[in-house]
Amino acid sequence: MALIETETAPERIELHAEHHPHLAHHFESMEQQREAGTLGMWWFLLTEIMFFGGMFLAYTVYRHIYFDAFAAGSNVLSIWWGTFNTAVLIASSLTMALAVFHAQMGNSRKVVRFLLFTIILGTIFLRVKYIEYSDKFEEHVFPAGDFRWPIEHEANRPNNVGDMLLMLIGAEPLNSSPQGPEHAFSVKVTTKYAEKGPYYGVGGQVPEEVQDPGFGGHVRMYFWLYFAMTGFHALHMIIGIGLLLMLAWQARKGKFSREYHSYIELTGLYWHFVDIVWIFLFPLLYLVDRHL
Amino acid sequence: MSEHIVPKKIYYRIFGALLVGTALTVIFAFINLGNFNIVAALLIAIAKALLVITFFMHVKYSSRLTKLWVAVGFIWLFIMLAITMTDYLSRAWLVYRP
Repeated sequence: MALIETETAPERIELHAEHHPHLAHHFESMEQQREAGTLGMWWFLLTEIMFFGGMFLAYTVYRHIYFDAFAAGSNVLSIWWGTFNTAVLIASSLTMALAVFHAQMGNSRKVVRFLLFTIILGTIFLRVKYIEYSDKFEEHVFPAGDFRWPIEHEANRPNNVGDMLLMLIGAEPLNSSPQGPEHAFSVKVTTKYAEKGPYYGVGGQVPEEVQDPGFGGHVRMYFWLYFAMTGFHALHMIIGIGLLLMLAWQARKGKFSREYHSYIELTGLYWHFVDIVWIFLFPLLYLVDRHL
Repeated sequence: MSEHIVPKKIYYRIFGALLVGTALTVIFAFINLGNFNIVAALLIAIAKALLVITFFMHVKYSSRLTKLWVAVGFIWLFIMLAITMTDYLSRAWLVYRP
């Protein structure tokens, strides 16, 4: 009873009137509140760095040990979709930054507009990722896949990705590649083995890795990492799009102002962080072994 | 210290620089630089990440405490990668078979 009286006492109401309605009582000022929010968000992002860092570490170690298998695996990915998606994600970071800019200017209508642009670009990214994933599943190129193009779909075989990997792991293709076993890809990789010298084979000879059943397993390790890293990245994008939808809705209803827009700014930090993860994933997964 | 508002012009410039970086990294990927392909790829990626962190994420205009926070995060990541790799790179008794 006493508590309720305190809450409704006139002096409490006066105190509320003195400061911004969105200022929490444990902060001195809006400025301090904003600073604390930024720091808290960065704290969360540091745990995210460690989360993705573990997978980047696994990638580094396994790429070091299974260098050739990783080269084989990465050459199977579509560099065009990868580049396209990188550009889309960078553009979404720009629209996100502009949404924050308009929030700082207190221009709610433009905030909504740029948040929607960001959502659209994020959705395009995920749609392309879906195409890439389903291509890989159709080619039977995934961690548990047998790397064999299914014979019942022979007519629409897009390329001979599966056969390339089959030759690398030394298995007989179910359906032979139209270009025969001397496919450029396998020749290129074999030549690379020869150049590696004693480290990868004895005396610079072409070693028998190509018949080594372990090689297929090492390529699988590459695809484990590919799907885990891009999958978790995509999950972060999905969460980010959910947050942006919520913000766009709230901005439309006029929740944010020139003085109060922390949610938009902090979600922006999250979105840019996800962009940074992709900035590293793209060269490491798609690009580094293209020259081989 | 009031909130710093970055002019739109800077955002567009950073966007342009990031696209140029993306183009460069794709071009470099097809040139055989031997062991330096990975170095070039990582240098470009780090440069791009720094642009995003500094300008898009406003770290340049943030408090010193925030800057320290950010630096600590990446330094820890570096320590984790570096110390683990000193182990793997020095396992001379392992003959790595692809």
